[in-house]
Amino acid sequence: MSMNLMSGSTEIPVRVADIVQVSERVKRFRFEPVAGGSMPVFSAGAHVVVSMNIGSRRARNPYSLMGSVTDLSAYEISVLKTVDSRGGSVFLHDSVKIGDQLTVSTPVNLFPVEQRGRKFILIAGGIGITPMIAMAEQLTAQKLPFELHYAYRNDQAGAYADTLKARYGHLVHLYIDSRDERIPLDALLKNQPLGTHLYVCGPGGMINWVLESGRKAGWPEENLHSERFLAPPSGKPFSVVLERSKKTVTVGEHESILEAIEASGVEPPYLCRGGACGQCLTGVVSCDGTLEHNDHYLAPEERDSNQKIMICVSRIKGSNLVLDL
Amino acid sequence: MNLVFKKETFRDDFTFKNSPEHVRRFPFPFHEDKYMYTVNIEPHTPGPVNSVFEFPIDVDEHYVSEMEDRALVLKDDPLRCQALPHMLLAEWDLVELLMVSMSEHYPEHFTLTRDGDKWHWINRPLGIDQLFTFGDTATLPYPPMEYITRQCQGDFCLIDQRDGNLWMDAGIVTTQADWSLDFDIGMNFMEWHGPVPLAHEAGVFDRALKFLMNLQLGKPVRRLNWTMSINPRLDTSPENFHKWGSDRMTVTPENIGEKVHLRVELQGLWRLPRSNAIVFSIRCYLISMNELVTVPKWARRMPRVLKNLPPELIDYKGLSRYRQMTIDWLSRFDDGAPTSPGGQPD
Repeated sequence: MSMNLMSGSTEIPVRVADIVQVSERVKRFRFEPVAGGSMPVFSAGAHVVVSMNIGSRRARNPYSLMGSVTDLSAYEISVLKTVDSRGGSVFLHDSVKIGDQLTVSTPVNLFPVEQRGRKFILIAGGIGITPMIAMAEQLTAQKLPFELHYAYRNDQAGAYADTLKARYGHLVHLYIDSRDERIPLDALLKNQPLGTHLYVCGPGGMINWVLESGRKAGWPEENLHSERFLAPPSGKPFSVVLERSKKTVTVGEHESILEAIEASGVEPPYLCRGGACGQCLTGVVSCDGTLEHNDHYLAPEERDSNQKIMICVSRIKGSNLVLDL
Repeated sequence: MNLVFKKETFRDDFTFKNSPEHVRRFPFPFHEDKYMYTVNIEPHTPGPVNSVFEFPIDVDEHYVSEMEDRALVLKDDPLRCQALPHMLLAEWDLVELLMVSMSEHYPEHFTLTRDGDKWHWINRPLGIDQLFTFGDTATLPYPPMEYITRQCQGDFCLIDQRDGNLWMDAGIVTTQADWSLDFDIGMNFMEWHGPVPLAHEAGVFDRALKFLMNLQLGKPVRRLNWTMSINPRLDTSPENFHKWGSDRMTVTPENIGEKVHLRVELQGLWRLPRSNAIVFSIRCYLISMNELVTVPKWARRMPRVLKNLPPELIDYKGLSRYRQMTIDWLSRFDDGAPTSPGGQPD
C-alpha cells in the first residue's frame, strides 16, 4: 500500500533503520515509515524537515533527500556534523540510534530539475553533494545529459566521491582543496549550449562565487539555480510580542524567532525553514532596535521598509520586536 | 452513492438532466446574496458524504455521457488536448493521481493493480482493460495525459513551476467556459488570467500566485467558479462560438426554466510529486433553472445574486442578453425571506 498522495498530513513518523559513517564528519541515515508501506514519491532536489526532541526543545532541520526517486522503501539523508550550537546535527550524530523514531515532513522541492533543460551542470561543495546525488540519478533516468563537479576539503571529506565516480565515470569531476584543485568555473561557464542549466549547492561563499561568475559570463538568471543550507544564525536574545495572540516570547541566543514562537504553542506558517520560500513572512508592527534580515527572499525595498521579516532565519539587534501574529 | 450512468447528450437535442439526488448535491457557489471575485481557496479535504467534495476526484451519473462528448470534441478538434514536450513527467504524475483516486473511491467501477512499474487499469463503465508500463509511453494507446483524461470528467491543466511563475504548458480542455487552450498554452499565470475583470486590481491574482507557488504535496486546495450557459452544452469553447453563441438569442420568458443553466466549476489544485508541477482540474457541473428552483434557498438567492452583479462581471460572463429575463422569471420564487449562509440546501 503506497502513501496516499492526498492524505493532507505533513508529518510522517519514521524509524531509523540504518546509520552509516560515510566520512569523517558525515553520517547517512535511513528512515523507514513506521506505518509500513512506502514513503511518498518525491523529485530530485527535494528536502524533508526532520523533527527531533532535543531535551525539552523540538528541533526541526531540513535535509536533502539523496536516494533514488524510484526507491520509496525509505528516505536517506546525509548529515554533516557541525559544531553548531543549535544542536541538530550533533544530536543526530551523537544521540540517535538505530530503532529510534523521528518524524519527517512530506517532501518539499525548492530546487527542482528544470524539465526544459537540455544539459545540466551540477556543482557541489562539501555536504552540498546530497541533492546532487538524487539529481544525477533522476537525470540519468530521464536521459538528460549532465556533468557533476564536486569540490571538498581533503581526502577524508569527500563523502560519496568514490561511489559517484564508480557509477557515473567521466561525468564526475572531483576537486580536493587541500591539493589546490579548483573547479575551472570560467571555462565551464563559457562554452555551454543554449538550454544548459547550472545547479550549485554548498557553502554560502561558494554559491556566491558561482552565481556571480555565471552572471558575469552572461548567463540568464533563470538558468542559474542554487540551494543554500542556511541555518538560522545566532545572536543576542530579545523579546518578541505577538500582537494578535497577545503573547510575549523570548528568543534565545541559539534559536530562531520561529522556533521560539513554536515553543510557546503558537504555530505560524512555515515551509523551508531556511529563508528561501517566503512562507513564514510576517508583518512587523514595531521594533525596538534594528531588523537583521538573514533571508534570501525579501527584495531590498521590502527589507528597508522595516515592515516585513522572515521569522525562520532573521533576528533583531535590540530588545523588542512586535509582530502581527 | 449508487451510480447509475445516464445516456444523455450535451449538444444537438440536449437530453441532459440531473436526477433529484444530483440536483441536491449540486455545488451551488453562492454563500451569500451577492458575489465578487475572491481568493476563495480552501483545503481540498474530504467533504460531506455524497457531496461533490467527498472524494478528491468526483465521478457522477453523467460520467459515461460526458466522456462520449469529450471524444466527439477531440475528434473534431485535436488541439483541445496539447502538451509541451517537457511536461511528460507531469503527465505521468497525473496518470497516477487519477487512477489511484478513481480506483480507491469507486472500486465498483475502477480497479488499479500495480506490480512495480507494471500497472493494470480496468475501467468498467467505459469497457477498458489496459496493461501498461508506468513511465513508458509506448505502452499506452494515447499520450499519458490524454489517455487518462479521456476517462475522467473535467478539464485538466498541467502547470510548470519555474522562474518564479506558473506556466500552462499542457492541458485537455473540452468543457470550458469560453477560453482556449490553444491560445493560452505556454502563458504564465498573470497572462492567462489577463481577461478577467476587476480581480487584478483587487490583488486576487498576486495573492493566489504566491500561495500556489508554495502549494505542498499532500495538501491540495479547491475553489468554485461560476457562469451561466444556455442549454446544457459542455463545449462552450471559443473555437465553437459559431455553434453556441447564438443560443443566447433563443431565450424567451417561457423557456428560461429549461434553457438557462447555472454552470459551476469545481477547481482543484494538486502539487505533483515527480515533476514538481501543479495540476489544475476544472470540473463542470450544470443545473437548469427548473432544477435549481426545486431548492427554495437557491431559488431565493439566485435572482438576488444576479441583480447585484457588477456590470463588468455581467459582461465578462456573457449574461447581458438574458440576465434580466432570468431575474424576472426567478423573482416569483423569491419571497424576500432571509437565506442561510453557505451554499448547501437547508
